[in-house]
Amino acid sequence: MAYDLSFAKEVYKKSEMGHWIKMCMQCGVCAGSCPLRAHWQHSPRQLFQMVRAGKKDEVLKSSDMWMCTSCYNCIARCPRNLPITHIIHGLARYAETQGKVDPKQPTRRFAVEVFWENIVATGRVGEAMLTMRLYFQDGIGAGIQRGLEMKDSALGMLKTRRLNPIPFRGKIKGYDGFKKMLAKAAELEVKLENKA
Amino acid sequence: MSVAKKIGCYFCTGCGIGDALDMKALKAIATKEQKIPVVKEHAFLCGAEGVAMIRNDLETDAVNAVIIAACSHREKTAEFRFGIELFDRVDLRDKCLWVLDVKEGDETAEEDRQMAAEDYLRLGCVKIKKMNIPDPFLHSDGSKDVLVVGGGLAGLTAARDIALAGYQAVVVEKAETLGGKMNNMLKVTPDNRPPYRDLTDNFIGDLIAQVEGDNRIKVFKNTVVTKTAGQPGRFDVTLKSGGTPLDIRVGSIVVATGFDLYDPAKLPGNLGYGSSPDVVTSAEFEKMAKAGQILRKSDGKPAKRVAFALCAGQRDKAHLDYCSGACCIYSMKQALYVIEQYKQEASTFLIYQEIRTPGQMEDFYRKAQDEGAVFIKGDVAKVTANSGGGVAVEVKDHLLRGSESLDVDLLVLATGMVSTVDTIDPNVASQIGAGRDELPGSVLNLQYRQGPSLPRLGEAGFPDSHFICFPYETRRTGIYVAGPARRPMGIAATMTDATGAALKAIQAVEAVAGGVAVHPRSGDLSFPSYRPEGCTQCKRCTEECPFGAINEDDKGNPLFNPARCRRCSTCMGACPQKIISFANYSVDMISTMLKEIEIPEEDEEKPRILVFACTNDAIPAMDMMGRNRGKISPYIRIIPLRCMGSLSLVWIADAMSKGFDGVLLMGCRHGDDYQCHNVRGSSLAETRLSKVSETLDRLKLESVRVKMMEVNIMDADSLPKAIDGFVEQIAKLKPNPYKGF
Repeated sequence: MAYDLSFAKEVYKKSEMGHWIKMCMQCGVCAGSCPLRAHWQHSPRQLFQMVRAGKKDEVLKSSDMWMCTSCYNCIARCPRNLPITHIIHGLARYAETQGKVDPKQPTRRFAVEVFWENIVATGRVGEAMLTMRLYFQDGIGAGIQRGLEMKDSALGMLKTRRLNPIPFRGKIKGYDGFKKMLAKAAELEVKLENKA
Repeated sequence: MSVAKKIGCYFCTGCGIGDALDMKALKAIATKEQKIPVVKEHAFLCGAEGVAMIRNDLETDAVNAVIIAACSHREKTAEFRFGIELFDRVDLRDKCLWVLDVKEGDETAEEDRQMAAEDYLRLGCVKIKKMNIPDPFLHSDGSKDVLVVGGGLAGLTAARDIALAGYQAVVVEKAETLGGKMNNMLKVTPDNRPPYRDLTDNFIGDLIAQVEGDNRIKVFKNTVVTKTAGQPGRFDVTLKSGGTPLDIRVGSIVVATGFDLYDPAKLPGNLGYGSSPDVVTSAEFEKMAKAGQILRKSDGKPAKRVAFALCAGQRDKAHLDYCSGACCIYSMKQALYVIEQYKQEASTFLIYQEIRTPGQMEDFYRKAQDEGAVFIKGDVAKVTANSGGGVAVEVKDHLLRGSESLDVDLLVLATGMVSTVDTIDPNVASQIGAGRDELPGSVLNLQYRQGPSLPRLGEAGFPDSHFICFPYETRRTGIYVAGPARRPMGIAATMTDATGAALKAIQAVEAVAGGVAVHPRSGDLSFPSYRPEGCTQCKRCTEECPFGAINEDDKGNPLFNPARCRRCSTCMGACPQKIISFANYSVDMISTMLKEIEIPEEDEEKPRILVFACTNDAIPAMDMMGRNRGKISPYIRIIPLRCMGSLSLVWIADAMSKGFDGVLLMGCRHGDDYQCHNVRGSSLAETRLSKVSETLDRLKLESVRVKMMEVNIMDADSLPKAIDGFVEQIAKLKPNPYKGF
């Protein structure tokens, strides 16, 4: 049924910052402000209206919220003060917890597999390892090809000391504490989810 | 007035006037040529010393009429307020010094500037010589009571405020009870106090009690107005209650008869009214909510999913061509009823064109969103009754860019407001005749020559006049319309409107009691009079008066109602016999003034162009031009007119025979979005001007010599180009052959 509000109510409650979606007045300033709008199938305001219209699968399976680069243009401009960037990230996360996201979605893969595992392993981001994992995630041949494509950028970054070439730099000081913090966060998250 | 005029002319030499102009020559013109007995100058006339000099002369009776030759009449008004009627300002600075381009050492330009200043001085001297002190129009049998027609929210608020201000009010209500449409309401949208978010309980009962308990307010229920005659201060109103007529006298009138809702049966079929019992109007929904339970009409089950179709006929050329102003808000209110009743189970949808939330109602919009109401921008394409009760609403959804079908328990149509006031089109010639017996359906049944109804603004049929120039006013002096009777509006706006109209009504009775005009010429003592033996009964004055101030007697002579008059002098300009005049403004005065301007000989190659400028918009624009130091040709001479409507074609003929090379008229914008302070003045002037070619033909002159332009108060920057463009056009023609005759 169109405009069945049960999905909207679910999002308002469970998706981070999702309750803000009901305050959108559909002016479209976010759509006009997004530098990556051309790559979104639906603009933020459309996505919000789809939430209200109860289009659950279309929203959660959409790649739109994975396109956000967190430039914050929309937040700065929204006349209703909606934290649009955060709402979008919230929707992405909610889609992930609902298991609706295409596992091949590149941003999701980068975030959930490459980045997360990289940072959790040592407590800091190792750029060289991160880049390698990203390049080689589709096999050795594809990895070498991408590496060659990006070689000039990489050399430039090395020269200006924007890239640490050492792939294994060990764990941060107090790594145990870092781990504890992550465990606590995971615990809190489960608690929140159960509460909702 | 029989007292002899003792004119004093006071020059200011400040602001560079004394340096730029030959003051000696100017003073000589005042004393020798114009025979002004007292001529003085001061270097700082608006300073305490300068003002004291003038005051002293007035107190010692050395003078009783004053000419200030300094800046524009719109400057230093407080300093030069002496409380005398014989008073004029000669503008040597703003429209002379500041707008004429004189390079140092350019003797020709200096001479041109001096000539302009001398001519402006002559105009002022002649004007004050032609001026008489007006006798105010006073009467002893006037009333300061205010009649309020309609006992709903607007009427009751107006009556309460009139009483609170210390005046007597008479409320006439057609129905058996006071309160009007508010009686049917469960709750009320936020009023004019923060936080503008919450519904309040219906307060109409308290308001009724307050009005009925006030001994300054007389309430007539079951009563209508059958006749309204007379003028502000002395409106004679006939009321009818049952079969018995009752005559009362009041000073002014507030019309607050409210609105009717648009007939839902006339709505287009796609909205589905009548196709299912579950399609209801907002009024029907409100009644149900007030009764307690929001239910499906078809089977009495709870109506938890409710859609509201906003703009049900509004902003639709075939139905109501306007936004009804309140429907978005009251639909939000009704959505909140559903949410309040069914809490988490409620689903409410507002299908809208554009959400319009006048005043502070944006906050209420947020509140409705916050509570979970869903807003859908779209059109209702089709409504079909569902077999199990409720309806399927097919929406062309502009937000999702497709068609969506909503199953709802109820579809509520937010129908628009139609004024209950009978109106006439002011641009259509009215039927002649005044006295009319009871006219069914007319709220006032005015005994006016221009018809029993109030003039309307635009096509929509509301008796409004101009929201900037005439807030709360109609085009009938002393009659103010408030609330949705004037234009569609919600509750908060209605209360403000009623207070505004109440204050206007009080202003009107006080002005009339003092014998002065109301807005826009507030305080003007003069009023039109005519020479009966010269009247040819052409009826132009009675037809053209923008305010319906003039009735006709049996023979067709004009019967002036000075208290209805706003002193625009449109009648004076309309009269082909030139027999209508004011004590301080007349056809003869302007004629004599323009004849006093010196016209250089043909061989001097200095053309003269006369500019008649409306004192309301064009003159302020010129003053701003002066302040910005815009430069214009030194060949123009400006005469301010009260209103372009006072333009007499005689002046054009006089100017041409005097030898002016061209005449430029600057009136306000007219048409539907008019800016004329007197509604129709500039448009009537243009109509008159279309007949001026006859005059020019008779004089064997080119018709391009006379031009009318619309000047907005914001036009200061474009004025120099417009004026000089006309001067250039005239310069291309041969000089006026009548020069020197």
